[in-house]
Amino acid sequence: MTTEALTRPVGLAATFGHLREGTALPVTVVLLVTIVAWYLGAIWLNSGLVEQKFEQTDKSATTAEFIDMAWSLDRPVLPAPHQVAIEFYDSVFTRDVTSPRSLVYHAYVTGSAAVVGFIFGTLLGIVLAVGIVSWRTLDRSLLPWIIASQTVPILAIAPMIIVVLGNVGLTGLMPKAVISMYLCFFPITIGMVKGLRSPDPLQLDLMRTYSANRNQVFWKLRWPASVAFLFTSLKVAIAISLVGAIVGELPTGAQAGLGARLLSGSYYGQTVQIWSALFMAALLGMALVAVVELAERLTLRRMGARP
Amino acid sequence: MQTLRTAMPMNVESPQTASQIGNRPVAIDMRDLSLTFETADAPVVALSKVNLQVKAGEFVSLIGPSGCGKTTLMRVMADLERPTGGKITVNGLSPEQARLARAYGYVFQAPALYPWRSVRRNLMLPLEIMGVPREERETRAAQYLDMVGLKDFANKFPWQLSGGMQQRVSIARALSFEPKLLLMDEPFGALDEITRDHLNEQLLRLWEHTQKTVIFVTHSIPEAVFLSSRIVVMSPRPGRILEVIDCDLPAKRTLDVRETPQFLDIAHRVRLALRAGHSYDN
Ligand SMILES: Nc1ncnc2c1ncn2[C@@H]1O[C@H](COP(=O)(O)OP(=O)(O)OP(=O)(O)O)[C@@H](O)[C@H]1O
Ligand SMILES: [Mg+2]
Repeated sequence: MTTEALTRPVGLAATFGHLREGTALPVTVVLLVTIVAWYLGAIWLNSGLVEQKFEQTDKSATTAEFIDMAWSLDRPVLPAPHQVAIEFYDSVFTRDVTSPRSLVYHAYVTGSAAVVGFIFGTLLGIVLAVGIVSWRTLDRSLLPWIIASQTVPILAIAPMIIVVLGNVGLTGLMPKAVISMYLCFFPITIGMVKGLRSPDPLQLDLMRTYSANRNQVFWKLRWPASVAFLFTSLKVAIAISLVGAIVGELPTGAQAGLGARLLSGSYYGQTVQIWSALFMAALLGMALVAVVELAERLTLRRMGARP
Repeated sequence: MQTLRTAMPMNVESPQTASQIGNRPVAIDMRDLSLTFETADAPVVALSKVNLQVKAGEFVSLIGPSGCGKTTLMRVMADLERPTGGKITVNGLSPEQARLARAYGYVFQAPALYPWRSVRRNLMLPLEIMGVPREERETRAAQYLDMVGLKDFANKFPWQLSGGMQQRVSIARALSFEPKLLLMDEPFGALDEITRDHLNEQLLRLWEHTQKTVIFVTHSIPEAVFLSSRIVVMSPRPGRILEVIDCDLPAKRTLDVRETPQFLDIAHRVRLALRAGHSYDN
């Protein structure tokens, strides 16, 4: 390889240059390194359990047997990647999507709560931002409370929200959506306040020369100027809105949802189940962010953004 | 490019001359106008006791070294800046009332286009705000884009245009709602000589046929002499009026007038006045 590289430096450099341009190479490298580290970690972390097993059978194990056992335990401390992959495949593709044994079903339960909470949070965030930008008193009176609201740990507040809403007859999706909303309005408010204030003095002066009223300044200048900021915030918001929905499933021992899978998995020591639920959550998050990104690209293109 | 004769509505008498302007109402009246900016360190005196009366239908150029207060003076007329001393009326009203009555169109030194609007929609912005019906907006946008020679760029976005093209859009935008008073801050500064000549002629024809009042900032002496009925020479800070030079070149003049002795004589007087101003500084 090295001699080849020396004799054909140009070709090799070109190949590497080509790969470096795309994201394929870095992603593959990171993935490979992660998987290798993971397999090694599985051996190390599960060694205690494996030793116990072999002690029970009074047999001494070869290294190969030891490793094989470490990668195929029923309830490992850290399951091997292929165990997670198989469990993931089984619970996604081989089961009826409406059955509680299907991860797709759980992803749907959590995802719908996250999306509803995201929509509410977006509306709330925008309304607050508009208020803050439009009225000086709100700027001073509201912003400190908004910031304080985010310093309260969500894990502390989630059970209260669920109990209170349960008392007024709201169960299932709504309490989770409210928790999501609580988390995700914040980046929207902050981003939109910045966006609505982003027009430069000259752009505002122009409106003044037309003696435009407040509404016109808002809809024809401040709002369009804030759209790029809004989408940046939306991407953050949709991701934490998913976190909110999962957290909302933890304190009540919900029966369905990715949070419920995580909880029951840890209750029964089903680490493989936990990990596949985690992967589902990650994929769901990526999918949701991708949808927002698509909407962003389409919107900004219509608004003349450079490609 | 269309000529202005066809581009403009023809509610027009014969082109004006200096003597006709004499008995017109006063459009802008400034008495002892001063403006001091309070900055963090020392106060900046931008305007000091400026006296100027502009009659309706006049074309007045402001010329003077960079930083002498030309933009500030225009911003005061436009109610974008409050004077700290003296009096000013625009069409007999306070600048604020005039602004609320949408008495003027302002061409800023920078194009100030909205990047999310296409060229056409940038042009329609003031028309939207002023409640012009949709069809009318479209025809006016087309008409004035044609006038500045950007018909083919209607659906481009500002970043796809050169600086000079952007500036032409901003000129067309200010003309689109047909204000009686035009405040133009170095509108042609970013243009090449040929385009500038062309737009100079266009503007002159527009002025002759619509009898607008134009206040025009420029750094170019020939441009000022060619366009103006009066040229106001300003001194470096604090901004004062050094000299007002009457400029009565024949009506319906074309670019050829720039070779005439009369033109060269006026240009020479402007240059002398500017030079006198500069010596204050050193
Ligand atoms: N908002 C402001 N705050 C403080 N000082 C200012 C402000 N605007 C302008 N000035 C000062 O006022 C003076 C006049 O500025 P102005 O923009 O009117 O100059 P100008 O004649 O238009 O110059 P140029 O030909 O370079 O455009 C300058 O010295 C400038 O520093
Ligand atoms: Mg200026």
